[in-house]
Amino acid sequence: MQPSDLYGTAGIALFTLGLYGATRLGQPMRQVLSFNVASTGASMFLIAIAHRAASPLPDPVPHAMVLTGIVVAVSATALALVLINILGRPPGPPPTPNDHGH
Amino acid sequence: MVTELLPAGAPEMPWIVAAPLLAACALLITRRGSAALGLTASVGVAGLTAWLIRRLVLEGPQRMSMGGWSEPLGITLLADGLGGCMLGTTALVGLLVSVHASAYFGPHADGDRSRAFWPLWMFLWAALNALILAADVFNIYVALELLGLSAVALVALSPGAPAVSAAVRYLMVSLTGSLCYLMGAAFLYGGAGVLGFASLEGVLQPEPYSFIALALMSAGLCMKSALFPLHFWLPPAHANAPAPVSAALSALVVKASFFVLLRLWLGVFDRIVSPEMALIPGLLGAAAVVAGSVRALSAPRLKQMIAYSTVAQIGYLFMGLPLGMSPATRRAAVGGVVYLVAAHACAKAAAFLAAGNVLQAYGHDRIDDLRGVVQQMPVSMFAFAVAGVSLIGLPPSGGFVAKWLLLSAAIAEAQWGYATVIVAGGLLATAYVFRVFSRSFRNVSSGSVPGAFRKVSGRMEWSALMLALCSMLIGVTGAYVLEFMQTGASLIDLPAPEATR
Repeated sequence: MQPSDLYGTAGIALFTLGLYGATRLGQPMRQVLSFNVASTGASMFLIAIAHRAASPLPDPVPHAMVLTGIVVAVSATALALVLINILGRPPGPPPTPNDHGH
Repeated sequence: MVTELLPAGAPEMPWIVAAPLLAACALLITRRGSAALGLTASVGVAGLTAWLIRRLVLEGPQRMSMGGWSEPLGITLLADGLGGCMLGTTALVGLLVSVHASAYFGPHADGDRSRAFWPLWMFLWAALNALILAADVFNIYVALELLGLSAVALVALSPGAPAVSAAVRYLMVSLTGSLCYLMGAAFLYGGAGVLGFASLEGVLQPEPYSFIALALMSAGLCMKSALFPLHFWLPPAHANAPAPVSAALSALVVKASFFVLLRLWLGVFDRIVSPEMALIPGLLGAAAVVAGSVRALSAPRLKQMIAYSTVAQIGYLFMGLPLGMSPATRRAAVGGVVYLVAAHACAKAAAFLAAGNVLQAYGHDRIDDLRGVVQQMPVSMFAFAVAGVSLIGLPPSGGFVAKWLLLSAAIAEAQWGYATVIVAGGLLATAYVFRVFSRSFRNVSSGSVPGAFRKVSGRMEWSALMLALCSMLIGVTGAYVLEFMQTGASLIDLPAPEATR
């Protein structure tokens, strides 16, 4: 068993775990975290397949996919956090910048 | 190989994606006049699309490698007849939704919402065009994500907690769907070593990786297309969004992910999938038609009813997959599916815009309290009626042509179950459309009025009616559309008309 096989299997395991959390955990915040776990799993799997080619040099294409995937995951997480923040705000008029405490 | 026969590529192909992106960036920094700028950009993008379709008709399918970079690191764009139909539908619905939105979010409405709507709507349009033109599995993932993120943000534009919580749920489903798709694409690349549609078709083998990839990608796309039983997110999201957003989401966004699924099942994975595998989307689609229509019958609010009707109509699209498995009926099945995408897009956008007008005029859209609406808003209700004719599938609407093609494929294949569901779905649609009319035709003087009436702008009413009339127009131009659809059908090899006789 090669190290890349181990990484690939771990990636699939993380992906499955994250997917389970994203679909089964009711709380939006936990779902966002699960989604990030699953996303990391998918990235790990992609990095692992880059090393599986016959050549000793890694294949750059999955790496490019991982980079794009990270950008997407960051923007998606940002949007999710903004929405969850709005959802958690008490009803009424939005706070003015002055009384916006910590 | 088909690829080598294609011309160098139309220069307007990248612009069809870049123009709405640039417009979105410009709209992000403008402080005033976003409606005028957004409307101008919409006219421009629709014009570019029309120009590209004209070129497709005259010169055949177009393929282009952006910046001269070839696969797998470069981005390849592909436009064929099938994509042309999708682009045309997007442009038509997009333009009229823009016209509606320019009054809906107009100067009298909340300024912040208008300024937030236009850039997001242009991002959405760019993502739709990018998705339709993408010719490889990974760029589809990027376009899907851009589409999902802008769609979720648009849903959250509605004030109030229900819209935001619907947006959060929509975002979770959308992200889960994209991740499944990405994992599927990773398996595909790990097994086949290529990502482009044309290259994949040549190297895909019926090995475990192909089936895992197909299962993961299909599951992700089914979530995004709201196929029963993964439709739970759609009704709250589409019913609570602002009217132009509901129209765009129901008409275009759910169809875009189905379009990818169609290209995968009948194109890239054509040699891998078997009729038994196609039973899964087929049966779920049939269940969606029944479940969606039944829920539409009992929905208390007009926009909810229209959203459940979308769940049902999506079911018809998925029934096209098993019906298109056999070469003899593929032409009719794919024709029916593409027809339904176009006709339903126009009809559903019209219905949502009309419902949005009712909501804005009365402050509510409870179906039981719609007494006298026909008297006060004849144009919007006429638009809803014409759209209803297409949703039911009565001649001469586009919905009729679509269901006729699907039904003829089902009968030719002796698939009596699907044929029954297609007919039953039409009857159920009749019931839920007429439920609205039985309330709204009641005279105002014979009972309580629906509430304070505030006149809505004529632009909002007429854009709904134009869309509804387009769904009729599509029905009477059937032969041209079906012929155009087959332009360079490189991804879905449609047999020549002779073979179907």
